Amino acid sequence: MSGPPRPAGPPGERPNDRLGERPGRGSAEHPGDRLGGLPGKRSAVLPRPPRRRVVLGACAVLGGLLVVGLAASVMLGSVAVPADTVARVLMRHLTGQGEPTWSVSQDTVVWNLRLPRALLAALVGAGLAVSGAATQALVRNPLADPYVLGLTYGAAVGAVAVTVTGVAPLGGASAGVAAFLGALGAFAVVYALARTGGALAPLRLVLSGMAVTYALSGVTSFLVLRADDPGTTHSVLFWLFGSLAEANWASLGLPAVVLAATMAALLAQARPLNALLLGDETAAGLGVPAARLRRHLFLLVALLTGVMVALAGGVGFIGLIVPHAARLLVGSDHRRLLPVAALAGAAFLVLVDIAARTALHPQELPVGVVTSVIGAPLFLWLVHTRARETTGL
Amino acid sequence: MTSLHLHDVRVTIGTTPVVTGVSLTAPSGGRVGIVGPNGSGKSTLLRAVYRHLPLAGGSITVGDEDLWALTPRRAAQLVAALPQETRSDFDVTVWEMAAMGRTPHKRPFAADTDRDVAAVADALTHTGVAHLAGRRYATLSGGERQRVLLARALAQQTPVLVLDEPTNHLDVRHQFDLLDLVTSAKTTVVAALHDLNLAAAYCDHVYVLAEGRVVADGPPYEVLTPRLIREVFGVDAHVTSVPGSGAPHLILRPPEGGPTTR
Repeated sequence: MSGPPRPAGPPGERPNDRLGERPGRGSAEHPGDRLGGLPGKRSAVLPRPPRRRVVLGACAVLGGLLVVGLAASVMLGSVAVPADTVARVLMRHLTGQGEPTWSVSQDTVVWNLRLPRALLAALVGAGLAVSGAATQALVRNPLADPYVLGLTYGAAVGAVAVTVTGVAPLGGASAGVAAFLGALGAFAVVYALARTGGALAPLRLVLSGMAVTYALSGVTSFLVLRADDPGTTHSVLFWLFGSLAEANWASLGLPAVVLAATMAALLAQARPLNALLLGDETAAGLGVPAARLRRHLFLLVALLTGVMVALAGGVGFIGLIVPHAARLLVGSDHRRLLPVAALAGAAFLVLVDIAARTALHPQELPVGVVTSVIGAPLFLWLVHTRARETTGL
Repeated sequence: MTSLHLHDVRVTIGTTPVVTGVSLTAPSGGRVGIVGPNGSGKSTLLRAVYRHLPLAGGSITVGDEDLWALTPRRAAQLVAALPQETRSDFDVTVWEMAAMGRTPHKRPFAADTDRDVAAVADALTHTGVAHLAGRRYATLSGGERQRVLLARALAQQTPVLVLDEPTNHLDVRHQFDLLDLVTSAKTTVVAALHDLNLAAAYCDHVYVLAEGRVVADGPPYEVLTPRLIREVFGVDAHVTSVPGSGAPHLILRPPEGGPTTR
């Protein structure tokens, strides 16, 4: 291989046309090494990765699963309600059509208990999956989840403080509001700790989140031990493991609005989020100010996670496992990933909630226990497969 | 075609001034090389050009536009970058990687147009990695990766291309291939290069950086003299020329009297 015969040229004279100085060099000597490398040759017929069909397929399957899950969730439970009765109850409530041929208790179970609960499961599942996907991009770590920000224990401390002190200025909503404020407070501390010269360093963010989580878990334990009363213990378990038992129609509006708004904001930034996956430096070259984007989106993710945790407690692993599974299905492009993760999270938590309600009937398991039991082995499996991939074995 | 001007550029990292007043001109369509020892501020200077590091002073213009007065998106329509290292723990396909070059051209919610698809396809074809479009970036060899990243920068369709050590970790053959591809792209190119012979062969104009400022600049055969190389790099050099092209070629050896650091 000879050196590059590129004339440096005398001063002030630059050869402009350097195309084809060594015609065919690459392809002739190393077939397959440099295909069609001729500049300017158009190749608009190049096939794009066939992911569009996969995305539509995934959405169809997950959407179907969600609908089936919602239906099953409303039918199954301590008292089974047949499908046709469910359909007629829904019809009656939605359109006012049809004569009630079912009992008042069936009506209550379907319309006031199970349906709002199933819908809350769908919203929380979608919300946690979306905030998980965004968190992973923001800290550039596919094994992160929204709880690394310390939000769960922040919420627990807030809710437990209300329960222990008995101070409830907002009545029944106090615990939820306190949990939300606790989550945001924890996030603010993590955020402040992770700031370095105006920029949020991903690794520092994760480490700060861990530190705050440990500190707050100590505070939570302290509050529980001091209170020494079963009601408080129960409340702590609720916030730590998650439960959808408090669902009612009034509790659905806020998460729905927050989820929709966050989803829209994240989808608007889907391309910049993609660029963030490649590191801040590459993102900068693509016109994406990583530090600023990270600041804004983190606040958004904290809001979304805070609302979900305040309503359903700390449902673990969804924010970690579901975005991962969605990536395996449709890749890392957030334009496809976010909707698919939302659908998958919704379907997953609805199904998990059915299991949580029926597995140890009549006792009800916290949903977070079920997601953890399913999630922990899945997580280990993911760590293993990733380790294999990165070491090339 | 558009020229790139750096005027008295200063960049400070933390409280340490790393680039202390660099002026540089890359004429429209020119191939400008930046050489210098480790820590001389090459990468830092380039980072200010693709707006990863803020200016502490001076100005950077592309054509007649002040780069740092523009939005990040607009700036990235003028300057594309190939930073030293792009790695990702996420699965990204070759196509997706190259398509990220379209980022600065797209508004929120905008779908890919035929033009975007054509730009990405052309870039992948130009760099000879079109056949890898469906592969995962992480599974590629070093030479393939670098060409995919170049395709990303080309898909950005900017008048100015900034490269930071683009030939790092590449074997000799791939070094030549990559720089051939770069020089055949019709853009103004500014590249930091470690290899003085590659700089001599591929650049019209070379800037030598030491301790954050320009110590010499000019055509390679005027600048890359044994004396300057001895002063700046602390090694002895013998200059000959590449048969056929006449480009200067340096034969380097450790300085007499054992290892020295300036």
